[in-house]
Amino acid sequence: MNWDWDKLREKQEQYEKKRSTGGGGMPGPPNLDELLKKLKNFRLPGGILVLVVLFFVFFGSSIFFTVDVDEVGVVQRFGRYDRLTQPGLNFKFPASIEKVTKVKIKRVYKEEFGAQSLEDYSKRTFTRASADVDAALMLTGDLNVAIVPWIVQYRIADPYNYLFKVKNVTKILRDLAESSMRTVVGDRSINEVISKREEIAVEARQRLQEELRQADTGIHVVTIEMKKTNVPEPVQHSFNAVNEAIQEKEQLIYKAREDYNKAVPAARGEARRVVKDAEGYALKRVNRARGDVARFSDIYNEYVKAEDVTRRRLYLEAMSEVLPGIEKKFVIDSDQKNLLPFLNMGGGTGSLSALKGQGAEK
Amino acid sequence: MKKYQGISIGLVVLAAFVAFNSAYIVDETDQVVITQFGEVIREPVTTPGLNFRIPFIQKSNYFPKNLQGWDGDPGQIPTKDKTYIWVDAFARWRIVDPVKYFQTVGNLVSGLSRLDDIIDPAVRNLITSYRLVESVRNSDRPMDTYKLLEQVSLGDMASTGDAVSADMDEDIKKERRSKYRINVGRSKITQKIMAQAQPKVDKFGIELVDIKIKRINYVADVRKAVYGRMVAERSQIAEKFRSEGRGEASNIRGDKEKELQGIESLAYKTAEEIRGRADAEATAIYARAYGVDPEFYSFFKTLDIYKNTLDKETTLVLSTDSEFMRFLKGIK
Repeated sequence: MNWDWDKLREKQEQYEKKRSTGGGGMPGPPNLDELLKKLKNFRLPGGILVLVVLFFVFFGSSIFFTVDVDEVGVVQRFGRYDRLTQPGLNFKFPASIEKVTKVKIKRVYKEEFGAQSLEDYSKRTFTRASADVDAALMLTGDLNVAIVPWIVQYRIADPYNYLFKVKNVTKILRDLAESSMRTVVGDRSINEVISKREEIAVEARQRLQEELRQADTGIHVVTIEMKKTNVPEPVQHSFNAVNEAIQEKEQLIYKAREDYNKAVPAARGEARRVVKDAEGYALKRVNRARGDVARFSDIYNEYVKAEDVTRRRLYLEAMSEVLPGIEKKFVIDSDQKNLLPFLNMGGGTGSLSALKGQGAEK
Repeated sequence: MKKYQGISIGLVVLAAFVAFNSAYIVDETDQVVITQFGEVIREPVTTPGLNFRIPFIQKSNYFPKNLQGWDGDPGQIPTKDKTYIWVDAFARWRIVDPVKYFQTVGNLVSGLSRLDDIIDPAVRNLITSYRLVESVRNSDRPMDTYKLLEQVSLGDMASTGDAVSADMDEDIKKERRSKYRINVGRSKITQKIMAQAQPKVDKFGIELVDIKIKRINYVADVRKAVYGRMVAERSQIAEKFRSEGRGEASNIRGDKEKELQGIESLAYKTAEEIRGRADAEATAIYARAYGVDPEFYSFFKTLDIYKNTLDKETTLVLSTDSEFMRFLKGIK
């Protein structure tokens, strides 16, 4: 203290020096020595006045208080709950008679559980981070391990209960939130935990709200929001493998369906072609038969009228048609017995080859 | 004058001091036990507000009235099925009899350590006497794990596919289900913990509101084994899906083959029937026409065949005996 005073004095002296040398300078602080002298002159009446002023300043500041729009003031008189005050300027009896605690009832508070907030926490302390990873690590109903991070958003609904009924509400909230989330997760399989987050959030909210209500915490849970649920890192690949297997299964089935669709309609078309082909054959066969028969019948009708001559005519006509086309013709006298040795069979092919054996024998 | 003034100021100060010392404030969250030379002299004050006591002689001892928290020391506990787990429990409690509490415990910190001594062993006792799943699960609601695992076992059994396997299948199902079946459940276990702990804290004037299990986790070694099991279980499921896929694909391929062969053979059948009918009809037509004179038919047809088969490659040897050449040697 003395040291400060000395410094102040020094500064004051410096200013005074500047003044005396005629420099503009800044106006010096009021001379304390003079003030003290004045006080000594006034003595009793002045002293009382100062005390009274001080008294009012001290209590005045504890008589007025402002309550922000998002909060209420809880006033206690001699420790006993007295009233709630609304936003705005408010009055109360001075400190130590009435005490005001402001509670933000409209603000939505947030508590995070689990790894997502890891980055935020690890900046502060390492221990908190590891503790929080544990908060998300839980056992599922089929005794698997899941990582379930989540956020609870809440509001103070009843400031009286919030302030007076429970010690350290935030701690209880965190404990209850963990316990109810684990109860919900503990009744579900790992599959359900991963795929049905909404359902879990809804049930956990109900449970938590009920617990908080029973404990008279005065807290209203706004939402429980599930972050990405997962399995621990060492087993993640096996869960991915299951997903891949599902994909693979579907792919195999689609491939088979594709093959089916590729082959079957084509085969149906081919079948229709085969049937049509047969129908064509049938038409041809019957028509030809009818044609053949018609020709035969016509000729036969004429033949019957003059059997012998028609027979001869038909034969000779056929011969006259056939014989000119045949290049090699031999005529054998029925009396001549040995014609065959002289027959030149050199160029003989086709139908004559049957006779070769006979020639060789000779 | 001056002497009086001094004395009067002294008296005022003294009176103020005495008044100040005799008054005490009880907060909403407090309850106060008044003692006189260390002895409890009246009913504890539980209604909040301004109160008075005899100064200097009487002392007010404050105890909280509101709900207090207790956090257990997470410890390693073996369950009935010999799995080592960490259990972190917490409890909520309040002082219901501040006089008893004052006499037996004194302050808040030692109160908490008493609770440590009582609740921790109770938690330990009950967790140890049940299977792990009993502490994990709360109700016996069906989980979709059952379905998956049942399908796996059904799939395995279906391949053998006889009557005996049906019974075996039931057994496997039952066994698998009972693994995760519970008879007690978490909330009943915590109730039992409460029931065991409450009588022991009565004498401290403490009421336990509830005890809850906050966290249950495997200890590090067990966790590794559990991860192994999880991986095995998943690959089993993955294999099941894969083989389901293959099976279904084969089934579809079979359908395809069946369909194709059906279509093909049906077409063949229809075609042959049509051909047969046509052949029959043609045959009937021929027979009807040619049957009139079979001899002429063969003569006529043979001539036709001569025309069609004898060409320039043919070598024709004709005897003068034949009908055609008989005039060559002269008319007989």
